[in-house]
Amino acid sequence: MEKKYEILNIDETEYRTQISDSFKKRKNWQRPDESKIYSFIPGTIQDIAVKKGSNVEEGDELLILEAMKMRNKIKAPMSGKIKSILVKENEIIPKNHLIIEFE
Amino acid sequence: MSLKEKTLDLLKMREKAQGGGGEKAVKKQQSLGKLTARERILALLDKDTFQEYDLFIRHDTKDFNMEKKELAGDGVLTGTGKIMGKPICIFAQDFTVAGGSLGIMHARKITKIMDHAIKMRVPLIGINDSGGARVQEGVNSLAGYGEIFYRNTKASGVIPQISVILGPCAGGAVYSPALTDFVFVVEDISKMFITGPQIIKSVLGEDISMEELGGAKTHTQLTGNAHFFAESELECFEQIKELITYIPWNNTKKALPFKARSPKAKYDIGNIVPDDAKEPYDVRDVIKAISDESKFFEVQSDWAKNIVIGFARIEGETVAYVANQPDYMAGVLDVNSSDKAARFIRYCDAFNIPIITLVDLPGYLPGVDQEHAGVIRHGAKILYAYSEATVPKLTLTLRKAYGGGYIAMNSRHLGADFVFAWPDAEIAVMGPEGAANLIFRREIAEANDPEKMRQQKMDEYKEKFANPYIAAGKGYIDAVIEPRETRKFLIHALEVSKDKCSPKVDRKHGIPPF
Repeated sequence: MEKKYEILNIDETEYRTQISDSFKKRKNWQRPDESKIYSFIPGTIQDIAVKKGSNVEEGDELLILEAMKMRNKIKAPMSGKIKSILVKENEIIPKNHLIIEFE
Repeated sequence: MSLKEKTLDLLKMREKAQGGGGEKAVKKQQSLGKLTARERILALLDKDTFQEYDLFIRHDTKDFNMEKKELAGDGVLTGTGKIMGKPICIFAQDFTVAGGSLGIMHARKITKIMDHAIKMRVPLIGINDSGGARVQEGVNSLAGYGEIFYRNTKASGVIPQISVILGPCAGGAVYSPALTDFVFVVEDISKMFITGPQIIKSVLGEDISMEELGGAKTHTQLTGNAHFFAESELECFEQIKELITYIPWNNTKKALPFKARSPKAKYDIGNIVPDDAKEPYDVRDVIKAISDESKFFEVQSDWAKNIVIGFARIEGETVAYVANQPDYMAGVLDVNSSDKAARFIRYCDAFNIPIITLVDLPGYLPGVDQEHAGVIRHGAKILYAYSEATVPKLTLTLRKAYGGGYIAMNSRHLGADFVFAWPDAEIAVMGPEGAANLIFRREIAEANDPEKMRQQKMDEYKEKFANPYIAAGKGYIDAVIEPRETRKFLIHALEVSKDKCSPKVDRKHGIPPF
């Protein structure tokens, strides 16, 4: 297989070298957005207790994320109004999937 | 009944038990392109050296109609044999018998042969081909796994442990190979995972094939769980036999010496490394230029390729190499390459194999993903492994050695016995570009021609620091050598380090950053 050399910058020096796929595909880090709730584990959505437009208090139960035979309560991380709910009941979602967005 | 008749009986019983799961199951195994457990053992061992034990072991499970099931050898073959005329212990799970499932008697056969291997101080080879726990046996099956893991751990660093994955090896079962020294896998045959594609699909909806999830390439290229990849079982056995020539039979011995041979002329050591520190080359060519017959037996060649590890011989004696690979990711240290090197260094230290470290690296890979993946804790493993190792440790700087990377790559400060450098070695806190921008930031910014000033300061820095003589002036390098003197210097250093002794530290064990 023909080697493909590209440029990798380390401490302001540009090295000619082969670059791994995982390095090329890495995602740039982004500051977490606190108004968005993501799944912390893959699982199934159940018992959605809020609607779009609901006002909730910090700690209120929003829905159940059932995973590994455990019914995980997903609670509001802050008080506020629900902007959108991006999942349906019985939906199977992966990890880091956007579930609920606050206004 | 006379002895003769009883002997005939025995032979009949033996023949039946040796037939494994019967003709149909054997045909199925062959149709999958797999050898049977017995064929595998016979292919791996020296001719006529396999002696089998516990052929008539029987399970005593009564639940779920198991009392009616007769399982030949309880689904695993165990015994002793020879490779290259030297003794080894071996087990091979027999997939044709109840899918090679592991019940308590199956496990006891394995732990018994493991105990032999530990007592007799001979290598243990385990051939894994099993559907997993024998569910009918409940917690007894789990007990069996636990007893195997316990012995893997006790045997670790005492006898070589080699795992060969020739079929499924799923769930808890994969932890036995993970605890052993070297894992061999074969394309389309080996499958290793904790949870299989079916569960992943039902829980997560992720659709992935067994091969993609835990096949041979996945584990040799992506996860680093396996060390050697082969396209066929027979090729895999040849790899095992070759590995075995490089390693000692136990931790009190040294590897068998071979006849000393010169490197091949086509590897011209003076013409491999480019002058420009930013240009790539394949560091394995340097290894070949130094080693007997230019032979290098690489370990984990497809994973974390920015560091190269493996075995070779110098003057007939086994040595291990740890080398930065400028050809791939500029040879940086990162999470995976640190893990790869650290474990190998500890292996070599446990088994009395001198380590030669070839240095040419720009430092650690920058990036949020690396930092958040714990590059501090992973990088620390290399420091720990080198500092802890008491085997002869030689270092040769081929070109650049910057910053933390310089320290990590078996520097004098971590206890290297002999440190050599070629005249082009640049040993400094960072490369000229970064250093000029950092030290002379103001001068560059205020200059009429910043670019010209930067170049001037870079040249100044290069002249002052980008050489081996500052380190040599402090005794951090023992000798600056010509490339063509390399083999001579290493041979001599290995010779004078032969009886190196290091006092044992009185402690239970250290706490490496696992």
